[in-house]
Amino acid sequence: MNSITKNRLKDQVFKFWGIACTLFALILLVIFIGDIFIDGIQRIDWAFITDLPSRKAEKSGIYTALMGSIWILLLTAIIAFPVGVAAGVYLEEYSKKNRLSALLEINISNLAGVPSIIYGLLGLEVFVRVMGLGASVLAGALTLSLLILPIIIVATREAVKAVPSSIRDASYALGASKWQPIWNQILPASGGGILTGVILALSRAVGETAPLIVVGALAYVPFAPTNPLDEFSVLPIQIFNWISRPQHGFIENAAAAIIILLLITFVMNGIAVYFRNKWQKKLK
Amino acid sequence: MRKIKEYVIEKSLLSSALITIAITFGIISVLAVEAFQFFSEVSIIDFLTDSQWTPLFTDKHYGILPLLSGTLLTSFIAISVALPVGLSISIYLSEYAPKSFRKTIKPLLELLASIPTVVYGFFALIVVTPFLQQFIPGLSGFNSLSAGIVMGIMIIPFISSLSEDALHAVPKEMREASYGMGATKLQTAFKVVVPAASSGIIVSIILAISRAIGETMIVAIAAGQQPRLTFDPTVPVETITAYIVQVSLGDVQHGSIEYRTIFAAGITLFVYTFLLNTLSFYIRKKYRQKYE
Repeated sequence: MNSITKNRLKDQVFKFWGIACTLFALILLVIFIGDIFIDGIQRIDWAFITDLPSRKAEKSGIYTALMGSIWILLLTAIIAFPVGVAAGVYLEEYSKKNRLSALLEINISNLAGVPSIIYGLLGLEVFVRVMGLGASVLAGALTLSLLILPIIIVATREAVKAVPSSIRDASYALGASKWQPIWNQILPASGGGILTGVILALSRAVGETAPLIVVGALAYVPFAPTNPLDEFSVLPIQIFNWISRPQHGFIENAAAAIIILLLITFVMNGIAVYFRNKWQKKLK
Repeated sequence: MRKIKEYVIEKSLLSSALITIAITFGIISVLAVEAFQFFSEVSIIDFLTDSQWTPLFTDKHYGILPLLSGTLLTSFIAISVALPVGLSISIYLSEYAPKSFRKTIKPLLELLASIPTVVYGFFALIVVTPFLQQFIPGLSGFNSLSAGIVMGIMIIPFISSLSEDALHAVPKEMREASYGMGATKLQTAFKVVVPAASSGIIVSIILAISRAIGETMIVAIAAGQQPRLTFDPTVPVETITAYIVQVSLGDVQHGSIEYRTIFAAGITLFVYTFLLNTLSFYIRKKYRQKYE
């Protein structure tokens, strides 16, 4: 075997190795989801969604946790969306190249890499204790808002950057102020991209467990929250709690709750992808 | 009037941006204040050298080493899984795969990263550990091996996606020059494209390590809650993050030494991830747009 055939052989071997690795990851994804499905699907019925948590596995439902997750989702969206978009617009449209902008940039990049549990410690000290909110839905939502802020800011910047500057220049030529084209042209044109980023960020928030445990969210709450200062649980914490119990019935419950959680996550991701594709076509 | 409006708008946008600085400041001061009070009761020498971490027992020891070894062990296992697989996927997708295949596979792989980590914890404990126990008889029900492997699967897309972006950004001319010399795709990939994209690949690896160190739920569920200074992957260990979760689940009084231990553990975690993130930021900044 001369060196040419040897090299070609190596080339082919690597190609198959690459395919194998790609399939390995995807097959694991399928196995995981399939396994969860088999474990949990027969447990899902209407009562599972509307029942309160209980000491008996077969009587337990996810109602309070699901409501807690929805509360967290809505409050986090209300808090993080305006702040994140405003910060993103500032960085892309207003900020000049100086030390402050350099500092903001490295800071946001760094925040995006801070482990989520550290945000939990921040929330515990600042929102729960100093601001006196207690282990409430609001404290949890504020904590998660800080966590997803960098994601929203980065997405907003990307979306705003993608709007052609000719639109801006046309506005200026008509005598517009700095803000007018941003509000009337740039934000509507970049809306799809911003929305994609916000939905992806929120889907991350729905799946977060650790920071909410640190903030003090409970594994067992008898009632769904009725106002922002109520105590709460969320789906991931309910799942965590069921996983840590030894009885088999709770494992089934955990699998069933995971199906619901994955459904929410995947639907949100799907919506985000849909908006992105629609927006990218429009931009062209 | 218009000027005032413009001024108010600009300043309120600026203050939104400044919130991000306030967050960093808040994190550092919260961790520092509580950790400072912790270190007024526990000597920093003990913290760094004692080989036992037992703040919740009567015989209290405050050595961070067992938690650190647990964190490093699970992260090391995760990276050993994610690095070869993730890098191979990125090279395959960028150099070999047809464009349409690449376009469908990438979002599917990124789906792996969007699954909540508590779900991965379930896989590790309920699926992977029993599976591995068939081959490794001494494997404990809680262990760093399956937690690490599952964590590795979770971070595959971090490495594959970011590395693929970096490989893809290498200009075609460089590849064509190499093919022109009679090189195979494999030779071109490893001798031309990968070296040219090395900074982007290194950044993806650093971010993956940082992600692994800070990962919480998988290890809290599947690796156990026994701080232990060991590098044996078959026994229960506890990571820094899992310890914080363990304490948070219990009823710990504010102001007690137990309460402060989670901040001391947290600042240790923060320092490591902060260094890694800053390093990756500078590498990215320095080498970005090299070929544009």
